[in-house]
Amino acid sequence: MQTFEYIKATTVDKALAGANGGKFIAGGTTLVDLMKLSVEQPSGLVDINLLPLDKIEALPNGGLRIGALVRNSDLAWHPEVQKSYAVLSQAILSGASPQLRNMATTGGNLLQRTRCAYFREPNAGTPGGYGCNKRTPGTGCAALDGFHRMHAVLGTSEHCIATHPSDMCVAMAALEATVLVEGRKGKRTIAFADFHKVPGETPHVENALEPGELVTYVDLPKPVEGSRSVYLKLRDRASYEFALASAAVVAKVEGGRIRYIRVAMGGVGTKPWRSHEAEASLMRKAVDAAHFREAAEVALAAAHPRTDNAFKVELAKRCVVRTLKMATA
Amino acid sequence: MAEPFDLRFKHLRSRTPEKPNKELAPDQHSLELAPLKDEPGKGSRFSRRSFLSGLGATGLLASAAPLVQAAPASVTEAADVAGGAGTGTVTLRVNGKDHTLRGLDIRATLLDTLRERIHLTGTKKGCDHGQCGACTVHVNGRRVNSCLSFAVMHEGDEITTIEGLGKPGNLHPMQAAFVEHDGYQCGYCTSGQIMSAVALLKEPIGPGDEDIKHAMAGNICRCGAYTNIVAAVREVRARA
Repeated sequence: MQTFEYIKATTVDKALAGANGGKFIAGGTTLVDLMKLSVEQPSGLVDINLLPLDKIEALPNGGLRIGALVRNSDLAWHPEVQKSYAVLSQAILSGASPQLRNMATTGGNLLQRTRCAYFREPNAGTPGGYGCNKRTPGTGCAALDGFHRMHAVLGTSEHCIATHPSDMCVAMAALEATVLVEGRKGKRTIAFADFHKVPGETPHVENALEPGELVTYVDLPKPVEGSRSVYLKLRDRASYEFALASAAVVAKVEGGRIRYIRVAMGGVGTKPWRSHEAEASLMRKAVDAAHFREAAEVALAAAHPRTDNAFKVELAKRCVVRTLKMATA
Repeated sequence: MAEPFDLRFKHLRSRTPEKPNKELAPDQHSLELAPLKDEPGKGSRFSRRSFLSGLGATGLLASAAPLVQAAPASVTEAADVAGGAGTGTVTLRVNGKDHTLRGLDIRATLLDTLRERIHLTGTKKGCDHGQCGACTVHVNGRRVNSCLSFAVMHEGDEITTIEGLGKPGNLHPMQAAFVEHDGYQCGYCTSGQIMSAVALLKEPIGPGDEDIKHAMAGNICRCGAYTNIVAAVREVRARA
């Protein structure tokens, strides 16, 4: 690991002033891991653990404001989250391990990086190493014809097929969260759907943050009255494993028909994958397995599977159908 | 194209020095090694631990070249020297006692610092990537992976290791239950398992064995003592 300058910031202003080409560190569960692998080589670290961003507060509009430093376990176990945003609690508790959830923060989870084994290879993107356009643009993508059983089928490009690993973000996509960020130029808000980027020709650009910008809060809108929400995660082990496919559904049923529906998928996309197609197909339809299957078909219609991850297409469809059944039962 | 297994383990090989002493344990090429000394209460200076530490120091000299090139400022000052680029001073409160560490490499993880500087070797290094749980300690009463945190980030935190939980003759109930139920074979993962098990007693998880299994998922046991570990945790929960 390369050495680095280390400073502790006590205010957001000081953190922004200290960033200077380095990185912010909070829980460290992704960053320290990747520094050990030489994937991340920051010249400096700004420790933001002392910033006053560790609260969960009710918003005047009936929503919830989550501080960027709220630990994943605290968010998952917060009574209001468990009651009104069950999908978020379930998603977080289905990810990582209890130790990691105690460390990992809301902001850090948003910025979690892919588990693609080529991306995590220390020499990837260097001469003699595996090609990785995320590590070094222009060096190719070893996963395309390599070991890609875990890789994405939606939002891929010929430059990158790395899966977005987060469960929390899939729930936030379905809940239509908003990300609040602050930089030296000021504050701005980013709709959740616009926060993460598909790889396209620039897989090294993973989100909408400008250099030196800090995630400060995530806002959840007021819960939809009468709705239910569910997260279902399918994986190789019963716990402590990344998703092969997952689904987050927020649904409201009245008179046997779907009056409100949000569908997002994990484990299959290069970003947390909201399916507007599935939602459009389900609106005002009767609660019915055939309609759920139709929605799953359109949700995966644009899938581009490769040799070893083709199974994910059918798995994701069944995951969506099952989650819709659970949310509307 | 590489085989999947080859791919999976390649990064481990590349972190090993090119020509390591064959006896070198994975955690013996860390930068902060204690001077060779007798373990308290042991007559011989050739205890297993001091013998291995000696090998580590030798191995460091033989294999340090690439590290020195990468970060000369940090590596040249392995002893207790205050200041210098890449080093810092931190006071860690561990098991109720303050330890002021000067010249601490800024890159030293909490795990390496506990083991190599404070000599609390009950906390184990397994994967060093937050995947196995052998390094689990409590920070401010919550369990964390000490391998994924830099020690300099823990000034002012209350850290508890397995040594702070109980002592021979006065075991923590969870330690006693692990002994009673034979919750281990080789023992390497055990301190992490026990630290996790103690922490879950205060977490809002369900009452069943399935809940215990999910709550213990971050601690891997390659010997496969899981059934007995669950039995130990179940017993202590029932008594709590």
